Amino acid sequence: MNEDQDELIPPGPLQEGGQIVDHRNGREVAIRVRGLRTQFGDQIVHDHLDFDVFRGEVCGLVGGSGSGKSVLLRTIIGLNYPRAGTIEILGTNTHGLHANALTRLQRRSGVLFQDGALFSSLTVAENIMVPVREHAGLDEETLWEVAALKVAIAGLPADAACKTPSELSGGMRKRAALARALALDPELLFLDEPTAGLDPIGAGHFDELVRSLQKSLGLTVLMVTHDLDSLMAICDRIAVLLDKRVVVGTMDELLKYDHPWVKEYFNGPRGRAARKEQAAVDGK
Amino acid sequence: MADAEPTLRDTERAGQPVLEASGSWTVFSIRRVQRPAKRAERAAGSRRPSQVPEIDASKVERLDTAGALEILSLAGGGPDTKVTTQEGAHADLFRLVQANMRTPELEQPVNWLEHALERIGHSWVETALHAVNLCEFFGEVLVTFVKAILQPRRFRINAVVQQMFEVWIRALTIVGILCFLIGVVLAYQSVQQLRAFGAETFSVEAVGIAIGRELGVLLTAIIVAGRSGSAFTAQIGTMQVNLEVDAMRTMGLNPVEWLVLPRILALTLSLPLLTFWGVMAGLLGGAFACSIYLDFTLAQFFERLRDTVGIWNFYTGIIKAPVFGFVIAAVGCYEGLQVSGSAESVGRLTTKSVVESIFFVIVLDAIFSIIFLFADV
Repeated sequence: MNEDQDELIPPGPLQEGGQIVDHRNGREVAIRVRGLRTQFGDQIVHDHLDFDVFRGEVCGLVGGSGSGKSVLLRTIIGLNYPRAGTIEILGTNTHGLHANALTRLQRRSGVLFQDGALFSSLTVAENIMVPVREHAGLDEETLWEVAALKVAIAGLPADAACKTPSELSGGMRKRAALARALALDPELLFLDEPTAGLDPIGAGHFDELVRSLQKSLGLTVLMVTHDLDSLMAICDRIAVLLDKRVVVGTMDELLKYDHPWVKEYFNGPRGRAARKEQAAVDGK
Repeated sequence: MADAEPTLRDTERAGQPVLEASGSWTVFSIRRVQRPAKRAERAAGSRRPSQVPEIDASKVERLDTAGALEILSLAGGGPDTKVTTQEGAHADLFRLVQANMRTPELEQPVNWLEHALERIGHSWVETALHAVNLCEFFGEVLVTFVKAILQPRRFRINAVVQQMFEVWIRALTIVGILCFLIGVVLAYQSVQQLRAFGAETFSVEAVGIAIGRELGVLLTAIIVAGRSGSAFTAQIGTMQVNLEVDAMRTMGLNPVEWLVLPRILALTLSLPLLTFWGVMAGLLGGAFACSIYLDFTLAQFFERLRDTVGIWNFYTGIIKAPVFGFVIAAVGCYEGLQVSGSAESVGRLTTKSVVESIFFVIVLDAIFSIIFLFADV
């Protein structure tokens, strides 16, 4: 390590979009959040929150429990209504958007909920077909082909397509939910704790799957996660929720960021172990 | 959307057939291509080249996995089809789709008669198994009950009292109101009919016997089945979905003793109490109607009731109540324990438990009628 790497970046004024240093480089912004404020009763969850996600990157979202990670995700998706501020998704301001325009926007993004949120009365294939049938109006045969393709892409065996979610294991449910999220070939993918509840091997495979799909489909991914391994392995940048705001940086930048929570999170025993492992993988 | 229409064109390059795709091929646009293309395919029929053409997708503007799949399947191509593309992203997409293509297994059409017979057979076997399981469950409850009698601290008195509050006290209003209204309607109708014979004073007997023997207890049992039996299924079913019941088992707690027995005891005790309340409300309703249509005073109504309607008419009603209560609670708890996996099954089994318990109540009522007929009461 050379000298300037040991220098800490103080938690000072951030660049626009909550960034520690400017990452824009002329890249297109897929999600732009400005001055966001969310509030439940008297409890302010986010205040003056600025946040950018660039097109074609995988951005991880971390924060202490109760810091409002899921709330931020839900607000960006449009399930929560912000008190103030603007959210622009793929260049469209979602505030006060007409219902049809909102539907068009929602067709361009896929969401993987924490427990999958698959429709429990439908089989996996039917789950995948629901958004396609509703929005694309294909005939049944093509629907089946598309569903079978998505099942295969998500790495599920062919016979899983005809099973209901309750007949699947936790890892397979996640994959099925990913297949449904990808049903309409979205540009944006939101993942809520995709690897929670998976064993390390399954979590590793899931990370690889997300990464390879992100590359071949050109997805923009925003994922809430607590899995340090997946943060190291697949995230281009990491957003940390601190004091009702977001700090975005690459792993190296965040390691130097001078904030007690950030230091504890990334430099704690688990963070160090994950980094060591990743360094070994990269060195190979 | 201002995308170019997705189009396919057959050409030839160096003697080889080439399928040229252009335009926008996304999940939203392929609907516009597939019909004419498929029709053309069918028209071409036997003239279709046996050789799968090469695909030239370099003029494709927008592409996603569904679009790539559609191009490949229209060309009759598979994982080995050669695809030329302009953009690297499109090549990635084709590679991903080709690696994951599967021929979907279409279901074999089944003869409708076979299908119907199979369904009927299934449902019969299911019903038979269900009856066996239900008997087994009744047995388990009785065994647990006997064990609890031998070891009285196994009775969860707190739970019983709490459940009784829920199924008895909280049901008083609804049972009271409904039975009162039925009493009014019954009295009014019998006055109307019996007036033709000049026998309208017999309305008192009609109301007294009908409410006391049948309607009071049946109405109460049906309300309770809809109100408490369904609640039992939903409560225990939700616990089952959250694996709470399994957690209990691992702690060495018997779910039948902790969840089922208190509910069954509470309902078996509560239903006679509720029935008594319902019968009283029904009679009051009858008296109220008679005081309007017959110029009876309330006192006259009850005097006539005492003189002409025997007390056994009330006993035959109330004897049935604990049995109904037991059956409703047992069915409710049994269906709750049958819940597995999904939230959807909670809903399905709750419906099933209500239908089943009302069915059992009415069947039992018929059996009781026969018994009382032979016992001559």
